Amino acid sequence: MKAKSKIYIGNRIFTTACYIILTLLAVLCLFPFLLVLSASFTDEYTLLWEGYKLIPSKFSTGAYQLVFKTSQIGSAYLVTIFNTAVGTMASLLVTSMMSYALSIRKLRIRNGVAFFVYFTMLFSGGMVANYLLITKYLHLKDNILVYILPSLISPWNMMLLRNFFETIPESLAESAKIDGANDMHILMKIILPIAKPGLVTIGLYYALSYWNEWYKAMLYIDKENLITLQYLIMKILRNINFANTVAGSIGVSVNVPTYTSRMATVIVTIGPIVFLYPFLQKYFVKGLTVGGVKG
Amino acid sequence: MAKAAVKAAGQKKHENALLYDLKHNKFLLLMLVPGILFFVVFAYIPLIGIVIAFQDFSAAKGILGSPFVGFENFRFFLGSRDSFRVTFNTLFLNALFISTSMIVSIAIALMLSEVNNKWFKKGAQSLVILPHFISWAVIGLLAEAILSSDTGFINRTLVGLGLPQISFYKDAGLWPGILTFLNLWQGAGFGSIVYLAAITGIDQEIFEAARIDGASKLQSIRYITLPLLRTTAVLLLIMSMGKIFNGNFSMVYALVGSNTLLYPTTDIIDTYVYRQLMELGDLGMSSAVALYQSVLGFIMVNIANRITRKLSPESAIF
Repeated sequence: MKAKSKIYIGNRIFTTACYIILTLLAVLCLFPFLLVLSASFTDEYTLLWEGYKLIPSKFSTGAYQLVFKTSQIGSAYLVTIFNTAVGTMASLLVTSMMSYALSIRKLRIRNGVAFFVYFTMLFSGGMVANYLLITKYLHLKDNILVYILPSLISPWNMMLLRNFFETIPESLAESAKIDGANDMHILMKIILPIAKPGLVTIGLYYALSYWNEWYKAMLYIDKENLITLQYLIMKILRNINFANTVAGSIGVSVNVPTYTSRMATVIVTIGPIVFLYPFLQKYFVKGLTVGGVKG
Repeated sequence: MAKAAVKAAGQKKHENALLYDLKHNKFLLLMLVPGILFFVVFAYIPLIGIVIAFQDFSAAKGILGSPFVGFENFRFFLGSRDSFRVTFNTLFLNALFISTSMIVSIAIALMLSEVNNKWFKKGAQSLVILPHFISWAVIGLLAEAILSSDTGFINRTLVGLGLPQISFYKDAGLWPGILTFLNLWQGAGFGSIVYLAAITGIDQEIFEAARIDGASKLQSIRYITLPLLRTTAVLLLIMSMGKIFNGNFSMVYALVGSNTLLYPTTDIIDTYVYRQLMELGDLGMSSAVALYQSVLGFIMVNIANRITRKLSPESAIF
């Protein structure tokens, strides 16, 4: 009896500890965002004087006005939204066609093709070869398609989606076939509706990678109006000309709210993700669970 | 996966697989065309670039016109003072990242599975996954808000408490710790999803039986859950072995940038190559280094897999 109650108390302590630690972790994950949010809503002097604080003593929207008035954030937003929307659609289409075909057991070359794809996860030609291919042979420099074409399929996502398709019983397609449906019809009307959680998951991964793209902007884009949001942030972070651009365009060189406007830019960039996130979260947890367990 | 290739080769003996598919699976083959085209153009054609690693390459002369220099580029990299440092940093940081994120991800998954309140569970999970959706560029700015000397949150708090400041951006010794922490902050919650899925998949009756036999929760984690998570953990470990010589360029570039004070502990192969390429325009050497990373990664995957096959055959990937 005594031993049992001891276990009971032990379990209670353990569960309580889980609650406490998880709460602390959640706060730790949220904290930097709150810090930046408050920094973006204060003025430059208060920030420099008081440092980053959770509740600023002075409220100001000046940083946001400046960000929207002067920086390239408008065009960067358009480019990023275009990449995310068009890129995700195109990636999903091509990836799901490939994944579906490779999930069908009667396709004899499926294992060969799977290895063909897996190989590319291990070996790559390196940055220089890619650079030459894209700039010299495909002529994609300063072309918005450079964001989409080279990252149309991620081998990892393709494999994940194939595993997902494999969980759909083949008998479903077989019986439709006996009823006289063709392959296209089976895919559109039977398979895709069932595969929705998987497609949404992979779509989210693609959307996220298009949204966070900056590396390609750095390598392949010289035109200022074609850079992405994240590259804009990276430039701000690296201090490349940002203060100068801002100062030059409004005709003052002092009192430029550099720090607060940096933080306002961060908020403007991550805002959409943070707002959409709670609605989409259940899909990718579900999709990753099904696609991932099998490895 | 290699098993898959062997199987595919075996099938060819009976009848050419492609011919068979051309006859019977035209529609499926058609669906593969765009994907295969993509991998040929963007993954296989650049492999020709491996040749550049053995050349004194100049863009003007191109791959066909540039003279071959054998292993000169490799010798130049391996002989340089920096090669040991950047290779060590890459391996050391990756080892830190892989081991800590595995431990913390499993711990988060275990804690989430112990929590019964549905509302709390969902909320906590949402928040710990959130940082995964933030780019390193943004994390670079967040880090600055917290770490910078004059305005940073930590130093302000330290000053407020009457303690001396810490110059984070000048002290290279702190950065393996900072990078590891940020890597966990960004990825551990997301990494826990896979483990949580594996835990949820365990038959509840096992836990019930253990409870009736008088096992505490900690005991059932120690003797039931953890052993069952081993397969998943080992699989992820082997896959990360292939990338152990590839540093996280985005992360280091965003957080360290061109702060030379921090190079002793943070300069990795990828940032080093980037600088060689941008500052010196050394195309041959940067290709050589990329090949060096791929080959070492390939060897690592094979070693890890071989060891796994000996210890627990069911976890091996090929």
